[in-house]
Amino acid sequence: MEDKTYNCVRILDEDSPARYMHYAEDFLTVKMPAGTRVVYAKPPMKPIENRQAAIRYALNHPEGDVKPLYAQLKPGMKVTIAIDDISVPLPPMRTPDLRQQMLEIIIQILEDHGVEDYEMVVALALHRPMTANEIKRMVGPSIFKQYYPDRLYNLDAEDPDGMVILGQTDQGEDVQIMRRAAESDLLIYVNINYVPMNGGFKSIGTGLSGYKSIRHHHNPATILKCDSYMDPENSALYDSNKRMGKILKEHLNVFHIETTLNNKMYDDNLMFMAKPEDDWTTTDSLKFKAFQAALKRVPRKGKRALFHKVPADYGLIGVNAGETEAVHAKTLEKCWQQHAVKLEGQADVVVYGITFESPYNVNSVMNPLLVHVMALGYFFNMYRGKPVVKKGGTLIVTHPCYDEFDPEHHPSYIEFFNRCLSETRDSTKLAHKWEAEFANNPNYVEMYRRGNAYHGVHPFYMWYWGENGRAHIGRVIVVGAENAHVPERLGWHTAATMEDALEMARDIHGPNPDITMMHHPPFLIADVT
Amino acid sequence: MGHPTTRGSAAFYDVDGTLIKTNVVHAYAFYALHAPKISDRIGRTASLLASLPMYWAADKYDRKWFNDAFYKNYAGFSEDRLIVLGQELFENVIRPNIFPGARDLIKRSQDQGHKQVLVTGALDFATQPLAEYFGVDDFVANRLEFMDGIATGELRKPMLAGANKALWVRRYAEEHNLDLDRSFAYADSGSDLPLLSVVGHPCAINPDFRLRTTAKAYQWPILNLD
Repeated sequence: MEDKTYNCVRILDEDSPARYMHYAEDFLTVKMPAGTRVVYAKPPMKPIENRQAAIRYALNHPEGDVKPLYAQLKPGMKVTIAIDDISVPLPPMRTPDLRQQMLEIIIQILEDHGVEDYEMVVALALHRPMTANEIKRMVGPSIFKQYYPDRLYNLDAEDPDGMVILGQTDQGEDVQIMRRAAESDLLIYVNINYVPMNGGFKSIGTGLSGYKSIRHHHNPATILKCDSYMDPENSALYDSNKRMGKILKEHLNVFHIETTLNNKMYDDNLMFMAKPEDDWTTTDSLKFKAFQAALKRVPRKGKRALFHKVPADYGLIGVNAGETEAVHAKTLEKCWQQHAVKLEGQADVVVYGITFESPYNVNSVMNPLLVHVMALGYFFNMYRGKPVVKKGGTLIVTHPCYDEFDPEHHPSYIEFFNRCLSETRDSTKLAHKWEAEFANNPNYVEMYRRGNAYHGVHPFYMWYWGENGRAHIGRVIVVGAENAHVPERLGWHTAATMEDALEMARDIHGPNPDITMMHHPPFLIADVT
Repeated sequence: MGHPTTRGSAAFYDVDGTLIKTNVVHAYAFYALHAPKISDRIGRTASLLASLPMYWAADKYDRKWFNDAFYKNYAGFSEDRLIVLGQELFENVIRPNIFPGARDLIKRSQDQGHKQVLVTGALDFATQPLAEYFGVDDFVANRLEFMDGIATGELRKPMLAGANKALWVRRYAEEHNLDLDRSFAYADSGSDLPLLSVVGHPCAINPDFRLRTTAKAYQWPILNLD
């Protein structure tokens, strides 16, 4: 299946088949007007067959001016291994997780070289702590049994004794990091890279830090200066992480391992869903109709539970290790190879469906703020060069916008949505009036530390994350919202059907607007010229 | 348009089951085991054990009933002995049973400038050392009635439980110019729903079934300090 090329950009005519769109835990089928440009992800790149060999090769042949991992080790040294958390990749990958395979090799090398003082930390920053079962799935039962919870644990970025400020950047940004990592002779970062936004200095600068650091780049002003998150060269967010990275480099000895995944989100049975509908066989169409019909009979909670249990079939397409920047440059190359799709010209109207999952609700509910962050944060930013939609253009998304929150994972989201967002949608006002209160709310701090809750400040970040999208897009229309108050709170218009939404768009953009449908997922990044 | 509030805020904590694992029964068991006479020790301890099912049922049904029945056990204890043993009770029974996260929670709340207040149905001499340990600003607890220095087995009125805790908090807020909308309350039991309901930031800690159900329904934060 991998590497079978097809044209990723399709221009529809009158006879083109209907397109399916994600609609939370369901799918909608929509007939788009002739002339609509539909953009698909590239086929998955061919994966590396022997992952272990590739990992070992990378560890022994580092990028940049650093020694191989084995040559940096000596008995008695203190080593910390940081691992990306459950937010990547999305959905979680089939076991064995790549992190397990990397850790098995790294631990063996450490042991072989007499290193005994090593610990593993899930670099979750202000994300929710992973449950024991989630960690077990990620690292495998053997490592879990041997090390959890004493030498394998979640970062606690609110532990007053566990975090340290290393210094400030030349722009006055505090660089905070986990104390154990700062005091180690060697910090090994084990990264899973799925999109260009992740990895590089962001891994350590954000993943192992806390609110004191993160607030310097997760704010409305920085987000507004990102064009886009997926393009590190034009991302103020990444610039801030780079400045912090310089300070980190002065204090820490880091050995960075980055892996790049292909976009094989579906297994072979459902892989047709990643392809243009024009190329589906009759069997594919029947399979999809049966799937869609079956889903209609299952309650939403059942569908959600089912979808969260289906892992993705990702393949490894690159693994590099060594010095952070040199490694990341290699990773970005692979990322672009897999995800970048060339597009000529911007659209008046851009259309995409919102799925049941974002990086922040693995095994949980896609609440309204996460629907928002997928629409105006992640999907909007899936470009390099220019946004897919013109300035002042219309975004049409599909999602029921149900008013559901998970009080264990997202307690502060509930208060943010009902108390703050009902008063203003202005990010700067929200930040000024409530951010510190939420970030320091003892309930939320302790729920983050002792439960499985996102940090109290996290809903603010979800709102800021849509800042550049909100500033660029004229209006958002959501198709299929099952209530009026959620879209209203988000500042969105509603339409019962795609036809109605397109009619509303024509009122603004004229009778023949340029329409582009981004057929996520699998996710793609538009290279817009 | 009113002026921005200049009123302060507070965090009100139930104690037993919320900040510590023990409860009033454990405290009494300690006193029973440390009664001055051996016969008294045996009698009081045996009586306590025999009555446990009744106390459990009374507590589930109505906290006031429980208190009426339970505090009669203290009849005959001298006030000075209860006070002296209070410190030992704290060191031997209460301190080892403080939930690991309790001190952090109070410290963070203090750092945010909230006045710290314990509101407990336990007895004052058992609560005093805990209040000092946590460094809270204030506490209110139940008080035994004494006649000639000897406990009668009755609690002084008003008994601090259920709705009375909420009433006390409202009065306290008025007296101390506190904004209850900006204040926090923490409890573990459904019997403390009135207390949680008077503040803007209620939080269930290690909740029982009734409180958990209510907290979920109202989407209050649920915290596990254990």
